[in-house]
Amino acid sequence: MTPIVSIRNLEKTYTGEFQALKDVSLEIERGEIFALLGPNGAGKSTLINAVCGIVTPTSGSVAVAGKDIKADYRITRSLIGLVPQEMHIDMFETVWDVVSFSRGLFGLAPNPSYIEGVLRDLSLLDKRKSKLMELSGGMKRRVLIAKALAHEPQVLFLDEPTAGVDVELRRDMWEMVRRMRERGVTIILTTHYIEEAEEMADRIGVILKGELIVVEEKSALMAKLGRKRLTLQLQDRMEAIPPELSDWALRLDPDGRELDYEFNVHDERTGVPSLLRRMSELGIAFKDLNTTTSSLEDIFVSLVNTKS
Amino acid sequence: MADASGADRAPLASPALDLPRPPAFNAHGVWAIYRFQMARFFRTLGESVATPVITTSLYFVVFGGALGSRIDEVQGVGFGAFIVPGLIMLSLFTQSIFNASFGIYFPKFTGTIYEILSAPVSFFEIVLGYVGAAATKSIIVGLIILIVAAFFVDLRILHPLWMAAFLVVISVSFSLFGFIIGVWAQSFEQLNFIPMLIVTPLTFLGGAFYTIDMLPGVWRDVAMFNPVVYLISGFRWSFFGESAGDVPVEWSVAATLAFFAICLGVVWWIFKTGYRLKN
Repeated sequence: MTPIVSIRNLEKTYTGEFQALKDVSLEIERGEIFALLGPNGAGKSTLINAVCGIVTPTSGSVAVAGKDIKADYRITRSLIGLVPQEMHIDMFETVWDVVSFSRGLFGLAPNPSYIEGVLRDLSLLDKRKSKLMELSGGMKRRVLIAKALAHEPQVLFLDEPTAGVDVELRRDMWEMVRRMRERGVTIILTTHYIEEAEEMADRIGVILKGELIVVEEKSALMAKLGRKRLTLQLQDRMEAIPPELSDWALRLDPDGRELDYEFNVHDERTGVPSLLRRMSELGIAFKDLNTTTSSLEDIFVSLVNTKS
Repeated sequence: MADASGADRAPLASPALDLPRPPAFNAHGVWAIYRFQMARFFRTLGESVATPVITTSLYFVVFGGALGSRIDEVQGVGFGAFIVPGLIMLSLFTQSIFNASFGIYFPKFTGTIYEILSAPVSFFEIVLGYVGAAATKSIIVGLIILIVAAFFVDLRILHPLWMAAFLVVISVSFSLFGFIIGVWAQSFEQLNFIPMLIVTPLTFLGGAFYTIDMLPGVWRDVAMFNPVVYLISGFRWSFFGESAGDVPVEWSVAATLAFFAICLGVVWWIFKTGYRLKN
């Protein structure tokens, strides 16, 4: 099946020689939720803007549903909805007017019942006659989403959709994204909230200094790069790690009560059984132990630190 | 590291996508832009109408009453009536430039331009929406001034169709010019710079309230390099005929069309290169 978005060797150099994208290639399947992670200035928004036609790439190509975004821009843009990172709205207009404007702009005839449905889904229906300047930040963010959905897109780009919104709204948005996916809409989101990607994404891409350094299934990425930490609560306080345990990369907490050991779950020999055996031989007793799996955030930080 | 292309992935099970078949001309898109721009005008209808009515009345009080009473006729036309075409042109220039430059600058300023640039609308359709709305507003203001003027002086229009044609083409041309200024400007100061420092002086020196013949020798020659002279002269010709024009009407038509073509060319280049819009 043709990927819904196909990016080939995309490069973007801004005036002033700043290279925002370096040879980026990526394919996104229809119906998936793809999360693009990266620190500020990594090129996430440039990549989205290039696909949407807002930024002209220096070289490379982008196809949406198999159609080139330059040659067939009317088709590709009709398929895409974009929720920008910044709060770009007309403060003096009403909710209904700006959402209806978006539908018309994308070449569709007015459809009040559809617009009503979108506003209802986003809990905006009772605000339809309000001017945007009268709305809270969270409500304005919802309006941006309503505008992006007004022309019934098949691909939805969410550029930092939940930046600066409260927890309740964030949950609402996650729910909305799931509903969109159930309807077959492909979602591509950038986010600083890594738990957002962890919660929703099927695949994750990490972009750093304009380079796409990893693209992986979320579960595979976590499994491949995931580390576990074994924490042992010691029976007796330990002054220092004995030299007999120097084969294991252990860390003693300042109180001398906890011993941490980090290991990779996929290593053939994790070193855990031999550590416990050796501790037993040395007479080091522990009263409890627990293991924790590294979060996506840990993985992301580790990737960024390794590459930068 | 992982294969970034994603080509090794099994495709997700989804029904085949029905690709939209957009029309060759996005009429809904043009209408959306036009309507959105016009809504601003009608929302402030009071100010939009009151300003030209008051300004025109003041011009007639000052030029028609105070000064005009000391001037009998200019090229066979009463001074009060003589200044009407120039007065309309003055408003037409400033309104067209203001409306169009503000119309495109405001989305740039607020960032809402992202939506226009990511929509399936061609550059021609975008210009049609913005410039069409700006020209419509200035034509409405021009007609209001004409109606107000009719209360003060006895007006006759010898060539009404030509008058309408000049009105439309000049409104559209200056709206295109305003659109260029709006794209070029990176601050509100720059937005006002060209209208205040170039267009208004050129209009006052372009024979809006007098004929070029009234200027002293060398200034008469200098004035002939002012393109506004040709536009005002042509418009005045449509009211009063050959005797009231500064230059032959053919020159005026040529200058108007040349200005229109130059503005259109610059706008086309802006969209082709994405100048100050896409980068």
